[in-house]
Amino acid sequence: MKRLISLLLALSTVLAACGGNSAATPAAGGLPADAAAVAADRGLTADDVYAALKTYTPSGQLDPYIMFASGGQGGQVLVIGVPSMRILKLIGVFTPEPWQGYGYGGSSDAVLEGGYMPNGDELTWGDTHHPNLSETNGDYDGQFLFINDKANARLAVIDLRDFETKQIIKNPNAINDHGGAFVTPNTEYVIEGPQYAAPIGWEYATQAEYKDKYRGLITFWKFDRAKGRVDESKSFQIELPPYWQDLCDAGKGPSDGWFFCNSFNTELATGGAEQGLPPFEAGTTKNDTDYLHIFDWKKAEQVFQAGKAEMINGIAVIGLQTAIDENILYFAPEPKSPHGSDVTPGGEFIVVGGKLDPHVTIYSFDKIQQAIAAGGLDKDAYGVPVIPLDKVMEAQVELGLGPLHTVFDDKGYAYTSLFLDSAVARWTLGGPYASKHPEEPWTLVQKLPVQYNIGHITAAEGDTASPDGQYVVALNKWSIDRFANVGPLLPQNFQLVDISKTGDQMKVLYDMPIGMAEPHYVQIIKADKLKPFEVYPEVGWNPETMSVDPNAITTAEEARVERNGKNVEVWSTVIRSHFTPEWVEVNAGDHVVWHLTNLERTRDATHGFTISGYNINLSLEPGETQTIEFDANKAGTFSFYCTEFCSALHLEMIGYFLVKP
Amino acid sequence: MKFFSLDPDVKVLLPDGSTRHLTDYLLPSALLMLAALMLMISMFLPYWSMTMHAPQYPKGLRVDVYLNHLEGDMFEIDELNHYLGMPTLDAGGQLERSISFFAVVALGLLLIAGVFVHNQWAGVLALPVLSFPLAFLADMYLILYRYGHSIDPTSALGGAVKPFTPPLLGEGTVGQFGTVAAFGIGFYLAVGAVAVVLAGLWFHRAAYKPIVDARKRIASSGKATRA
Ligand SMILES: [Cu+2]
Repeated sequence: MKRLISLLLALSTVLAACGGNSAATPAAGGLPADAAAVAADRGLTADDVYAALKTYTPSGQLDPYIMFASGGQGGQVLVIGVPSMRILKLIGVFTPEPWQGYGYGGSSDAVLEGGYMPNGDELTWGDTHHPNLSETNGDYDGQFLFINDKANARLAVIDLRDFETKQIIKNPNAINDHGGAFVTPNTEYVIEGPQYAAPIGWEYATQAEYKDKYRGLITFWKFDRAKGRVDESKSFQIELPPYWQDLCDAGKGPSDGWFFCNSFNTELATGGAEQGLPPFEAGTTKNDTDYLHIFDWKKAEQVFQAGKAEMINGIAVIGLQTAIDENILYFAPEPKSPHGSDVTPGGEFIVVGGKLDPHVTIYSFDKIQQAIAAGGLDKDAYGVPVIPLDKVMEAQVELGLGPLHTVFDDKGYAYTSLFLDSAVARWTLGGPYASKHPEEPWTLVQKLPVQYNIGHITAAEGDTASPDGQYVVALNKWSIDRFANVGPLLPQNFQLVDISKTGDQMKVLYDMPIGMAEPHYVQIIKADKLKPFEVYPEVGWNPETMSVDPNAITTAEEARVERNGKNVEVWSTVIRSHFTPEWVEVNAGDHVVWHLTNLERTRDATHGFTISGYNINLSLEPGETQTIEFDANKAGTFSFYCTEFCSALHLEMIGYFLVKP
Repeated sequence: MKFFSLDPDVKVLLPDGSTRHLTDYLLPSALLMLAALMLMISMFLPYWSMTMHAPQYPKGLRVDVYLNHLEGDMFEIDELNHYLGMPTLDAGGQLERSISFFAVVALGLLLIAGVFVHNQWAGVLALPVLSFPLAFLADMYLILYRYGHSIDPTSALGGAVKPFTPPLLGEGTVGQFGTVAAFGIGFYLAVGAVAVVLAGLWFHRAAYKPIVDARKRIASSGKATRA
């Protein structure tokens, strides 16, 4: 440490002697004297300086990667720049979000309502888990983002033209999910895998009926890319044994058309600690192996289209026996209470983390196909064919304790999170990847400690057909001593890891506290693949229909109030720094429909709109039209004003809403 | 077709019996037609531009003035200027823009007419073209003057800014904006057309003055004979 600092000081002396101007010369070849002094003063090591230089992003410089993180219990999505690790945006998804006016009177209310319970009960939060970017040929295309709500089995669609949530669907037959959202290589389907088994449609069934009535259920949501919405009428589900299916991944390349999910309760444990039975945590971990679920989804699609499915609560369900008879579903043993099911970039292998077993197990898709073709497979208790592990296993690599999820880079390395070891394991792939790295195939290369209890892991485009390398992010569940104490609820710790060098050269670069919820999965996309609007394309744009709203007006002259009985309709324009009209008067009890159009064409000229006391708040981005509808149920004098600091005369951007008694 | 060939053996016989080369007559015609063409092309190019810089507009705001329309960030500039109660950019010079196409066509036709007028009246026909760039500048100045002097004292910021004339060329300031005014390629093309017209008239005079003079001599000698 001392030696480093004296080295830095020596270097800076040399630079100073050369008459280098530290303000003008690029910081190469050694630290300028003032920078070396800062390093000495703060006690920074050479690694620290390297990490700072790898992540510091000067003002105005943009991040080359964008990370989409699940917002955990916050029910949102976080957008984060990499490597600066700056939060760029929070997207309201399952939870109302006032900044974006999401769920506060505008058209987004209908999006949230789409995710209500079938009886109409509100759900105002979500346990967001796995964001998945839309893909074309197995690569992120930057068009859409999907994310599931584990708590209530829901799926959301976010349009990346404006980074807004466009659709939420409540799964009509599942009450919770986990293995979602995962897309097929051309986003034909967004797959929502199950988690805790329940009778289809979550109907009442007792603990004793677990084996017979409780079921797993996987949903293939058909995505209509042109409409930017899931088409429920073309979607289908497959009934599964109640094995607690977990995480999934779609095959690609040679394995395109197939889909793989792990599971962890083939014991059919029903818990019941209060009855003297083994609690779930013990019951579900008894067996040495659980089952990797192997789906032929293209076959399932044909079976669904041929009508061999039963409509239940408005969606087609392929029965378990049909799935077996039609050769849609196979099992392969996986050790032990596994986690993660990740397909290699070329689609040749499936990697499953052992969780309670120190290995990752690598399955060969070729061998799976050969074993299925050979036939003569044993069946499990529900009649599903089981392929013996030794027939399909390509390799097993011992990594350490608690292997969970695996991602990939461009150099033939795989990266697995080790929860119990609190480490990221870098190991080598074999087969077609063996020539890309200097080490032996299927060997552990480095275990990098991370702080602490890593769950998911991500790499730049690390689950696509062409990973980028460069960065891994460790999603640590505990941060313990990494940040200032902010009370007993601690932030999560996203750790940026440098993977640009081969061998055992991985380094932690940056700790980013996430102090708003516990994110699960994240994905990192190249920033230049995203092509969002700078402003909405035309004045009067309706973000829900992605077209000009029939109620948009484009000049203040068209602004007006029309009364029709007890219905009052208002057309307003919004522009720096005034609303037109500025006075709106209705009678108590009137039903008000209010259209507001932001006439601005300048980037960042967003206005807000709130009516005090009415729980209304809109974000009107340049060109946007929104419609609010409410009953003027409170007489009195109410101000409405712009809630975005839009201009020097922002405070003056107000009006009065009078409700005559 | 033979007429258009530049065969050096082909000569033009003047009324007084002297001869001239054919090129002497083609050159002024070609130059006047070239000037007409340059004017027509300038219609499609900006004559003048103003760029405005302020901290919150990192790319700046810009307006390009064409003879018949405006291009650029007029919407945003108008929005900012409404705080001063100023008219929209589009409101200034509407008449000029509406007649500009016909005016330029007329200027071009005057030049082409000059090709067929083989005396000093060709110079008179070219006068409107010669004065065109200056007329544009004078009109532009007038529009800018009116614009800067139309601040509404009852508008939001109208009391805070004194009437002004944005500079026709070079740098100025308005509020937090630094402005840069510059001539556009269309304007330079029009100036170029003036130079080409002047050259054309020079050669026009060189070609036709001998004919006019010869006619005068014949006419005066004819008069003398009759007398
Ligand atoms: Cu505003």
